[in-house]
Amino acid sequence: MVEKVSGRRPYFREVPRTHWFLRHPRYLRYMAREITCIFIGAYTFIWVVGIVRLSQGEAAYQAFLQTLKTPSSIVFHIVALVFAIYHSVTWFNLTPKALPVQLGEEFLPDGVIAGAHYAAWAVLSVVILFLAGAF
Amino acid sequence: MAKSNKPIVWGPFAAGGTVTAFVTPVLIVLTLLVSLGHLPDMLTYEKLSSFAAGWFGKLAILVIVVFSLWGSAHRLRITFFDFGVRSDTLVATVVYLAAGLGSVAVLVSLLRL
Amino acid sequence: MSERVVELEVLRYNPETDREPHFQRYSVTCREEWVVLDALNHVKEHQDPTLSYRWSCHMAVCGSCGMMINGEPKLACKSFLRDYEGVIRVEPLAQFPIERDLVTVIDDFVAKLKRVKPYLIPKHDQPVSEGEFLQTPAELKRFKQYTLCINCMLCYAACPEYGLTQKFIGPAAISLAHRYNRDSRDGGRDQRQEEIAATEGVWECSFVGACSEVCPEHVDPASALQQVKIASTVDWFKEHLMPWSKK
Repeated sequence: MVEKVSGRRPYFREVPRTHWFLRHPRYLRYMAREITCIFIGAYTFIWVVGIVRLSQGEAAYQAFLQTLKTPSSIVFHIVALVFAIYHSVTWFNLTPKALPVQLGEEFLPDGVIAGAHYAAWAVLSVVILFLAGAF
Repeated sequence: MAKSNKPIVWGPFAAGGTVTAFVTPVLIVLTLLVSLGHLPDMLTYEKLSSFAAGWFGKLAILVIVVFSLWGSAHRLRITFFDFGVRSDTLVATVVYLAAGLGSVAVLVSLLRL
Repeated sequence: MSERVVELEVLRYNPETDREPHFQRYSVTCREEWVVLDALNHVKEHQDPTLSYRWSCHMAVCGSCGMMINGEPKLACKSFLRDYEGVIRVEPLAQFPIERDLVTVIDDFVAKLKRVKPYLIPKHDQPVSEGEFLQTPAELKRFKQYTLCINCMLCYAACPEYGLTQKFIGPAAISLAHRYNRDSRDGGRDQRQEEIAATEGVWECSFVGACSEVCPEHVDPASALQQVKIASTVDWFKEHLMPWSKK
């Protein structure tokens, strides 16, 4: 792309492929958001196993519930919860950027769209907790 | 330049990200309660299997689990790329296969309930 | 008027004599209200005329003076010395090849701008006799934000996906395509989709959002790219699941 005019010798600064994100806090925040998928994915597999065990009968399901009652399970849940909430917060905050709503001339403020998501999230969570008999 | 077929995996990712954003935290709380020794009513064998026996229960569980798996899988693929792993085709195959197997396992189990 | 001695650590590179870039330190007596560009101009005028860099308007509208200032992509004319302490590190805009000193090779970006067809492609031939295009304030507002781009390329310097994949068309080019796609007078979206809905188009983007964070004109290119992704995904599913439907 660069013509061979005498004297030109562009210098290309390599981007460190494996640790470019250490260069700035905004990239660290991005990677933290991205790795939430590891925890959410791992957690979802707990449900996959749970549903499979459920279909295999009461004994299998009870045994599955027992495996959840270990200290490492508690730790995993707490860590996964932190990452899951970080995913939710980042997702809701970014939704207004992807789905702008124009009413008349003006656009709905980002806060309104994100706020509606937060409200729905809170209501849905409480309803699910209630229906599940958590309290 | 031909238009990409990425939408076929991005669509489920967007749906999955939305589903997990709304639902995963509260689900984690429920099973956290289990791990702490307090079993929420809905997660007893009787209640959960009768919920999963109905069409609404099947649909809800299927939608939540399948989209969560595909959303996480696609994001994990991108994450590997961001960590410098260049073999995208290999990573994509592994993550989508895992999501696929998980989806099939849940579907088959639900059909037996 | 108060003065201050500022230390600039500037990355130099002379393609005719240097194997690699190297830093050079300049001590500059600056006025308090100066920007980094003023300090560079002072160096060039009084200390080292060989220092090369691009600049023009000195008021953040031409997009010429983009460079890395303490590791952050910024316009040199919009970087106030009073916001910096200690030695100020000045480097050419990241993720572009260095031509000489602070001048980067921007051919890649210019080529990408051309590819997205950043001009009105009317829906049908409208001769002058038919009169002007009519557009309501609401229709204008729909794309106005994306017209503000000054092609400064700070977003390309900030975008990690551009750093990892040089073929990525990038934030500014795609935002510009989006600006025309959202313009009610335009009918060229299908043509632009060929470029921006390709793999090197919007699909290299993973919504890091760094582009919008560094944009000096608040264009918010990240939002444009996500909107393009959604529109392209809807297109794809319509095309493949309902091939009979007209676009």
